[in-house]
Amino acid sequence: MTLIDRLTAAKASHDYQGLIDLVPYATFLGLTAAMQGDELITTMRYGDHLIGNASLPALHGGTLGALLESAAIFELLWRAETAVLPKTITLTVDYLRSGAPVDTHARGIVTRQGRRITNVRMEAWQADRGAPVATAHAIFLVMRS
Amino acid sequence: MPDERDERDVPDERDQLKMRMAYAFSQGVPHNQALGMRVLEMTATGVVIELPYDPKLVGNPDTGTLHGGAITALLDGCSGAAVFAALTELVPIATLDLRIDYLKPAEPGKSVIGKASCYNMTRNVAFTRAVAYQDTEANVIAHSVGTFMLSTKLRKS
Repeated sequence: MTLIDRLTAAKASHDYQGLIDLVPYATFLGLTAAMQGDELITTMRYGDHLIGNASLPALHGGTLGALLESAAIFELLWRAETAVLPKTITLTVDYLRSGAPVDTHARGIVTRQGRRITNVRMEAWQADRGAPVATAHAIFLVMRS
Repeated sequence: MPDERDERDVPDERDQLKMRMAYAFSQGVPHNQALGMRVLEMTATGVVIELPYDPKLVGNPDTGTLHGGAITALLDGCSGAAVFAALTELVPIATLDLRIDYLKPAEPGKSVIGKASCYNMTRNVAFTRAVAYQDTEANVIAHSVGTFMLSTKLRKS
C-alpha cells in the first residue's frame, strides 16, 4: 500500500491519528491530531528532545516550524477530496514568544485553494490560544495526478 | 609549513570560543542532538552544519525523503549559530522570522548540509541567509533568510 492508499483508507475510517502515524518524522516530533469541533488540531506532545534552549528552557524554533508545516499539510490532506501529497514551496514562520516546555497546538486555515497552488495560514499556541507562540504562512504545490 | 609555526597556528581566544560554541550547539541543544546535527565549520563569516540521513526523519515513507520540518530545523539551527559566530560577545538571541524556499526534495540516504552566514548585524537585529544542499554547494535543496533579535539584557551588564 502506498502512502496515498493508506491516506485514503485513514480518511474513510475517520482515523486522524492513522494519518499521522504514516509519517516517521511526525512520530519523532510526537504529533497527534484530533477534530475539536470542526477544526483539525495538531498537537506536539512535549518531550525533552524538542528543547532548543536548555537554560530557559524553550522549544527549538525548528520544532515549531515543523509543527506549523505539518498542521498545514494535515489540513490539506484532510480537507482535500482526492488524496494528493502537497509539496511545500515556501514556509515563513514568525516567532512571537518563546515556546514553553509544554504541549503545543496548531491549526492551518486555507486562505486560497487554486488548481495548482494552495495558500495556508497557520498558528501555534500553548495554554492560551489568544497568545500564539508562532504564526506562519505557506504556499503548497498541490497537483492532482 | 610546519617549520614556520607562529602564534597564528595557536588557537586564539576567539577560536576557542567558536569551538566551545560548536560543542554547545551539537551537544548542549537537546533537539540538535536528537537530530544528530554536527558542526563542520564555525567562523565569523559562516557556519556549516551536517544533518545525517536518519529514517526517523522521513516525511514520505514511500520515497524515504526527509520531512521538510527536519530541513527547517537544520536551517533554523545553522542560521542561529551563524549569528552567535558573528557576535563578539555571547548574548541570548531569539528568532524573529524564518522564510524558507523548498527547491526540491532531499535525496534519501544522504546527509543534508546547512550553510549559513550572518550578512548584517545592527544593534538590535541580525540578518541571516542560508542554504541546504547535498553533495556539492551547487545542489541546493532549500534556501532561507532569517532575522534574529539580539537580547539587550546582557549587553548592558
